[in-house]
Amino acid sequence: MTAATAGVEKSRAWVYIPLTMMALFYLIPMFVMLNTGFKSFDEVSLATMWNLPSGLSLDNFREAWEALRPNVWNSFKIVIPAATISSFLGSINGYVLSKWKFRGANVVFPLLLFGMFIPYQSILIPLVQVVSWIGLAGSTWALVLVHVIYGIPITTLIFRNYFAALPESLIEAAKVDGAGIWQVYSRILLPLSIPAFVVVYIWQFTAAWNDFLFAVLLTSTDNWPVTVALNNMAGSQIIAWNVQMAGSFLAALPTLLIYIFLGRYFLRGMMTGALKE
Amino acid sequence: MTTTAAAPTPDITDRPPKRKRFHIEHWWGVLWVLPSLLAVMIFVYGFIGWTARVSVSKWKGLQSDYTFVGGENFTNLASDKRFEIDVVNTAIFTVVFVVGCLVIGLGLAILLDKGIRAEGFYRSLFLFPMAISFIVTGVVWRWLMNPAQGDRLSGLNLLFDNLGLDFLVNSWHATPTWGIAAVALPAVWQMSGYTMALYLAGLRAVPEALREAARVDGATEFQVYRQVIMPLLWPVTLSALIILGHSSLKVFDLIIAIAGKQVALDVPAVYMWTTTFDGFYFGRGAAIGIVLLVSVAVLVIPYLWYSLRQEAET
Repeated sequence: MTAATAGVEKSRAWVYIPLTMMALFYLIPMFVMLNTGFKSFDEVSLATMWNLPSGLSLDNFREAWEALRPNVWNSFKIVIPAATISSFLGSINGYVLSKWKFRGANVVFPLLLFGMFIPYQSILIPLVQVVSWIGLAGSTWALVLVHVIYGIPITTLIFRNYFAALPESLIEAAKVDGAGIWQVYSRILLPLSIPAFVVVYIWQFTAAWNDFLFAVLLTSTDNWPVTVALNNMAGSQIIAWNVQMAGSFLAALPTLLIYIFLGRYFLRGMMTGALKE
Repeated sequence: MTTTAAAPTPDITDRPPKRKRFHIEHWWGVLWVLPSLLAVMIFVYGFIGWTARVSVSKWKGLQSDYTFVGGENFTNLASDKRFEIDVVNTAIFTVVFVVGCLVIGLGLAILLDKGIRAEGFYRSLFLFPMAISFIVTGVVWRWLMNPAQGDRLSGLNLLFDNLGLDFLVNSWHATPTWGIAAVALPAVWQMSGYTMALYLAGLRAVPEALREAARVDGATEFQVYRQVIMPLLWPVTLSALIILGHSSLKVFDLIIAIAGKQVALDVPAVYMWTTTFDGFYFGRGAAIGIVLLVSVAVLVIPYLWYSLRQEAET
C-alpha cells in the first residue's frame, strides 16, 4: 500500500512544474514592490529594475511612509468602526433571518442580498446629496456610514448561513425554558458565533480598506484613506516610481497580514460571497 | 411566557395559541432587523429610484433640475461615440478577464487536486492577490506594463527582452483598440485564484467512487475529466461566470489606477464618474448608472433566484 502511494506521488511530480511557474507569475508584482522598495535612491533605475538590490536600504519605504502616514491613519479611522458596527448588525440580521424567521423573511432576504451586487454608479448621485444633507460630507464618518450600510447584505448572508447550520434543537431547548429572542441570542448564539464574527470582521476590514470609489467621492483631501492617496501619488510626476512601489507595499500590508494570519477565514468569506458554502 | 409552541403539536388545526405566540415573536424579529432593512430600502432601492428619476431629467450643471425629458438621456447614449468605445472595451475586458480566470482557475484547481504535499502553500499563494486593493494592483502593474520601447524598455518588456523572448515585447495598454485587454491581465492576476478556490471546492465534492468507476471502465485520465468531472462542475462554472461577469461590468478602480481617465481605455463606470462629477451632466451620468444596473441585474437576479430556491429545496 505504501509502495503504491509512493508510486502515485512520484508519478505526480510533474505537477510541480506548472504550479511553480504559475507561482512565479503570481509573485512578480510582490517581487517588484519589494525589490524596488529595498534599493537605495542611487541604485534605482528603470533599466535595472529586475536586478537585486546591493543592500537593504529603507529610503523608499521611509519616504513613502512620510507621504502616506496620515492616510494610513485615516484608513484605520474608517475601517475599524465600519467593520465593528457591520459585524454586529450582520449578526443580528443573520440571527433573525435564520432562527427567528417572521412571515415575509423569505422576501426580505433576497431583497437585502441584491444590494451586494449593484453597481454603485447607480446610487452615487443621491448618495453624495444625502451625505452632505446629514452633514458628513468630506469626513471619514461618511465612509463609515457607507461601508456599514452597503456591507449589510454580505454580513447578513455570512451570519445567516452560519446560524442556519446550527441545530434547531439548541434553541428549542432554551425556548422551552422560557428564553426570548434576546436571551437565545446573547446566551446561546452570540458565544457560538465567534468564527462568523472573525470572517465578517476581516471581510469588512478588507473591503473598506481596499475601497476607492466611495472614498474618492466622499472624503476631502485631509481625510483621504490610503487608496486615494496612493492613486494620487502614482498620478503625480513629482514622486518617483520607486517610492510608489514602496507606497503600494505599505498600502497593501495590513490586508496582506490579515490574509497571511487569518487566510482561512478570509477564504470562507469569499466563498459565501459567491453564495457558496 | 408560554411554552406551548415548543411542545409537538401533531394537530395542525390547533392554531390559535400558536399563532398568538408567533405574532409576538414575529414583531420582535421584525423590530430587530428594521434598522438594517430601512437602511437598505433607502440607500439601495430608494437611491436607485432616485437615480432613475435623475436619468429622465434635464439636470445638467451644479443646480439640480428635475424637468422631465423622457428617454432622451438614454437615446443620446445610444448615439454617443464615447459610450460606444465603452461598450466595446467592456466586451473585450469581460472576455479576456472571464476566460482568463476560468481557464487558469480550472487548470490550477485540477493540478492542486492531484493530492500533492504542498497544496496548502500553493493555494495560499494563488489566493493572496484577492487581499490587495485594485489600486495597489493597478499602480504596480502600470509599471510592469510600461509601454516604452527601445532604450527605455522597462517592466515586463525588459524582462522578456532579457530572457530572449523579444517577440513578447508589446505596448500593453497603449495598443490601439486592444489596449483594454492588457488592463484585464492584472484583473486576471487578482481574481483567478478565487476562481481556483471555487473549482477546487467543486472538485472536492466529486465522489472518488465516480472517478474510479470511470477508470475501471477504461477511461483515460483526460476522458475522466471531460466526461465525468466537467459536467459535474457546471454549477461552479455558472457561479464563477456570474460573479466574474458582473464584476467586470463594474470595473472602475483598476482602470483609474492604470489608465487614469483616458478615453481610449474608458468603461461605463468611469464615464459615469467623469460625466457626472467632473462634467456635471447629472442626467447622462444617471442614465449610465441605470444601464449598468440593468445589465448587472439581468445576470444576477436569475442567479439569486436559482441559488435561493436550490437552498430551500435542500
